[in-house]
Amino acid sequence: MKIALSEVTKRFASTTAVDRISLEIADGELFTLLGPSGCGKTTLLRLIAGFAEVDAGEIRFGERRVERLPPYARNIGMVFQNYALWPHMTVRGNVTYGLRLRKLTGAEIARRLAAGLAKVNLTGLEDRYPGQLSGGQQQRVALARALVLNPDILLLDEPLSNLDAKIRVQVRGEIRALQQDLGITTVYVTHDQEEALSLSDRVAVMREGRVQQVATPKALYERPVNRFVADFVGTNNFIPGVVKERADGVAVVETALGALCARPGAPGPGAPCVLAVRPENVTLDGAGENVVAGRVRLASYLGNTLRYDVETAAGLVLKVDVGDPWQHEVLPAGHAVRVAFPASATLVLSHD
Amino acid sequence: MPPTPWPSTALFANYAEAWQRAQMGRMLINSAIVALGVAAGKIAISLLSAFAIVYFDFRGKHVVFWMIFVTLMLPVPVRIVSTYQVVSVLGWVNTYWGLTVPLMASATGTFLFRQFFRTIPDSLAEAAQLDGAGPLRFLWTILLPLSKANMAALFVILFVYGWNDYLWPLMITNTPDMRTAVIGIEILVPRTSQLPEWNIAMAAAMMVLLPPVAVIVAMQRWFVKGLIETEK
Repeated sequence: MKIALSEVTKRFASTTAVDRISLEIADGELFTLLGPSGCGKTTLLRLIAGFAEVDAGEIRFGERRVERLPPYARNIGMVFQNYALWPHMTVRGNVTYGLRLRKLTGAEIARRLAAGLAKVNLTGLEDRYPGQLSGGQQQRVALARALVLNPDILLLDEPLSNLDAKIRVQVRGEIRALQQDLGITTVYVTHDQEEALSLSDRVAVMREGRVQQVATPKALYERPVNRFVADFVGTNNFIPGVVKERADGVAVVETALGALCARPGAPGPGAPCVLAVRPENVTLDGAGENVVAGRVRLASYLGNTLRYDVETAAGLVLKVDVGDPWQHEVLPAGHAVRVAFPASATLVLSHD
Repeated sequence: MPPTPWPSTALFANYAEAWQRAQMGRMLINSAIVALGVAAGKIAISLLSAFAIVYFDFRGKHVVFWMIFVTLMLPVPVRIVSTYQVVSVLGWVNTYWGLTVPLMASATGTFLFRQFFRTIPDSLAEAAQLDGAGPLRFLWTILLPLSKANMAALFVILFVYGWNDYLWPLMITNTPDMRTAVIGIEILVPRTSQLPEWNIAMAAAMMVLLPPVAVIVAMQRWFVKGLIETEK
């Protein structure tokens, strides 16, 4: 079922937590709200769930207006950050709680319980208490509890943040596979950009109650619309400057490192801007449209990459990733290098 | 005569004498009714008021909470005259209602449950709400089972408190058949003009002492758990 938000606003005392947000989420899409803490992503999710009431704006599930409906009338399932399993009930008790409230027959409840646990691979654990389960299992019980009511929409509030790094990657994959299997429209809230990129169809980056950009993971990473998004998603080098000219798909920007060529963006000639270039697009071989001299200040070996902090003559530090450290002898600090990056991977962004 | 560590032959005679002279059976029943009634009533009322204060938003919520809290600072003797007047207007003097109802409102219990409810994550309530549970069902099926240990701890404290209360039962009862055990012992305490019969008085005190001790021993495990466990 598709979700349409229109000019949704929520204020708390002195702050506007959600500021006139309009979004369209397609049927069956996994849509992620991404942003730092305090950006309003969780508040927006709670408005969709109905745990908080909108101050203004409309929320539609399909054609149905829902912003004044109580949560249980919206036909949604939700997985909470701390799972919110009831500790005194078994897995069976937790999963069937809503079914029992709906006065379904015993046979129907048993059937749905079995189907729900099978979906999340927990068959056989019906009589365990949440305290006897691992974090990953608790998480899946919460998912099963959300799904047995056959919701139109699934809401996930940082569901992986309490898991170990390894388990997180595994459960992330499971959630994505299950979501695609069921074809259920899902809204996913996270502050972890890697998580957002890896499992979303589309991502909305939020900041201070406003949506900064809505895009597919690839577009978000490769074509951020402003400095905030470029900084929040992945790692970037920022070089402030002023646009000198813009023609034929190339912009020339005057910076402390000299005139650099870049892919043109919103700022026109004469406007202050910032150049963004990702460390993996910067090389040490001196081949590329933009070449800058500098010295190695720090080398950080990360196993799959090697990151250099290179200090340029102007004092600006550029991060440079070497993608294949197996074939690379680590350069000592102070070593003179010529860093280069192509214009096609250098973006001109407005200052914010 | 030096005291011996073993009870003498007069032990059972003393108990029997005390039992008879003070109508001990009747008084123990009265005490049990009062202590159980006050403990159960206090738990029920403080549970509900804490539920209202923690889970509902209503106008003047903080004022109400602080008013309840302030009553902690007013012990029974301070308000005893006005309470007596209310009870007498209601015609409850020398009844079980008069003995129990005025003691049921409990700021301590409300405060204890409020603190406990606040440690329970909101999402537990929200998950229940999503599944379609109304407030009372949430209270009954989720909050109450989670509060078991707290309720047990509070029960022990309140039972002992209700059992040992002296001033209020003394004020509100005026016939021997409504007296509670703690007041009853007083009849057996020796007067100056008589031969002091401490043996009888002590035997009675022992009998009055036993029920609260039994409650504490029986509920010890829950009691400790309810007071120290900060987890939900």
